[in-house]
Amino acid sequence: MALALERLPEAYRQMQIIRKFEEAIRNLYSQGRIRGSFHPCVGQEGVAVGASWALRADDFLSCTYRGHGHALAKGLSPRAAMAEMLGKATGCSKGKGGSMHFTDASVGLLGANAIVGAGIPHAAGAALAMQLQGGGGTNGRIALAAFGEGAVNQGVFHETLNLIAIWKLPVILVCENNLYSEMTPSHETTAAAAQIAAGPIAAASPQTYQRAAAYGIAARQVDGNDVETMYLAVEEAAGRARAGEGATYIEAMTYRLWGHMMGDPEVYRTKEEVSQARENEPIVRLGRRLQGLGWTEAGLARLEAEAEAVIADAVQFAENSPLPKPEDAFTDVFA
Amino acid sequence: MPVITYAQALNDALREEMRADRRIFLMGEDIGLHGGIFRVTKDLMSEFGHERVRDTPISEAGFVGLGVGAAMAGMRPVVELLFMDFALVAADQIVNQAAKLRYMAGGQVSIPLVIRTQQGGGRGNGAQHSQSFESWLAQVPGLIVVAPATPADAKGLLKSALRCGNPVVFIEHKLLYNTKGEVPQGDYTISIGKAEVKRAGRDLTIVAYSRMTLLALEAAEKLAQEGIEAEVIDLRTVEPLDMTTILDSVRGTARLLVVHESHSNCGLGAEIIARVYEEAPEALATPARRLGAKHVPIPVAEGLENAVLPQVTDIIALAKGMV
Repeated sequence: MALALERLPEAYRQMQIIRKFEEAIRNLYSQGRIRGSFHPCVGQEGVAVGASWALRADDFLSCTYRGHGHALAKGLSPRAAMAEMLGKATGCSKGKGGSMHFTDASVGLLGANAIVGAGIPHAAGAALAMQLQGGGGTNGRIALAAFGEGAVNQGVFHETLNLIAIWKLPVILVCENNLYSEMTPSHETTAAAAQIAAGPIAAASPQTYQRAAAYGIAARQVDGNDVETMYLAVEEAAGRARAGEGATYIEAMTYRLWGHMMGDPEVYRTKEEVSQARENEPIVRLGRRLQGLGWTEAGLARLEAEAEAVIADAVQFAENSPLPKPEDAFTDVFA
Repeated sequence: MPVITYAQALNDALREEMRADRRIFLMGEDIGLHGGIFRVTKDLMSEFGHERVRDTPISEAGFVGLGVGAAMAGMRPVVELLFMDFALVAADQIVNQAAKLRYMAGGQVSIPLVIRTQQGGGRGNGAQHSQSFESWLAQVPGLIVVAPATPADAKGLLKSALRCGNPVVFIEHKLLYNTKGEVPQGDYTISIGKAEVKRAGRDLTIVAYSRMTLLALEAAEKLAQEGIEAEVIDLRTVEPLDMTTILDSVRGTARLLVVHESHSNCGLGAEIIARVYEEAPEALATPARRLGAKHVPIPVAEGLENAVLPQVTDIIALAKGMV
């Protein structure tokens, strides 16, 4: 079933929350108040919201170091996320995980992962657990692995797809194809049966979904910048997984509007390419859609302001939160 | 007490725990129909079915990764690496994932994953099927590393590993599977992190684990015929180290020899000796010594392999030089 029209404003607001979250981090990062790496997902909010919203609260999710959007859309609180960015005791991982390891077991978020491809078998393993607990079928719970197209050249990607296929695991594989593997165009590093010309976005991109199809996994490519399309694709895949019909691979075409990380000089693409992509990014797209449904610019601005307030509250919460104590470094190693 | 093999003791531990805990399931290469190349999982598939005893593709990173995910989702997976050398193929999932996900999540998840494997030489399996990596793994915070020497310890420690709720690398030895020993009947466990004095002695402490415990005991027997009484400590758990038992013994004997099959270079012998010097610098009357594999890959031909791996005669020679 499609995403209900009455939920579209909420989806717009959720995507704005993710966008404002990343913008706030960029600001704090430039002030030297955030340690380590930050890999923004700006431009990819449609994939995150479409995918997570099509899951149940008790379904599992693994994502990547570019996974702030997925984590927030699955239900991680912006306060706990921002506090984690600032290394506070109130962060989702008490300051031990940081930007690349957002985890919230209470919403099924198994964790973002800083090793490319490594989270894919974790989702598959959670799906296997559900299959075992369901006595060979599924007990109704499924798992989704979100990863970038850069992961499709990792061995563990292929190993996991094979295991998913032979064991018919209730998994959804969402490949966010943002055209760039770190700081190299993916078509230069990824063999594919076909390269797609992605029109206004970029010159070419490898089609990764055919790799999944080669394992006998139902695979398709969708417009990841259209949150409704994304939602529908994952919703259908979830239905198949819950019915015991196995995995689905969804290659979600999207675009990374910012660099790979803070400080990326972006020598691999032109400013014109990025500005063209801005016309097709998911928030602009959904804004146009809502206007077509009668929403005014003022109405959209109100949703954006609400998102801004959520993030301002998260930043304030994080700033006012206590630092972890040095001795806290020595807990949480073992259960 | 019944006398059974090391392999049977492990099989009994798996069977008893699987009967008691539905969350336990097994994944590995050739473990189901075949029962494992060393017969440790013999007949488990027929009792527990294909769902809980799963033959995997030759795909270590993949199925160890699935084990990590299943553990986070509430199961108690046991994954088997046919040879410990293959752990390197799955190193990311063991070192970067299983050992760290709980910590990086601030304690929100746990990884009750047992990684069973076997290591060591002595059978002419060559440089890619004879290695011992416990000192690498002991360096990774977040992993428990166990290496039992006897059937009784193997059974009791495997039960503890399955119940402890944390990632455990459970290291068996290919030359121990057919060794026999008395194993208590019924449910019993051996605590993780507890060494055992396998032979008491006053002149010298020999610390060993896994198969080297048997060699140390054999050496001690021969040393006794020459009037040297060696105390043999079997670590049983490599990480965390039971320094209390080691230090208690060394304070009595004033002499320490550490024997392990992994390479001497940067091995556990170095770690144990360093800790003894840090914690009880006054205890040793003579410099502590270590004995491990020589710093070359493990060769195949018997004479070559014996020249590289520690032998009973090496232990005796070193011990005599210390007392």
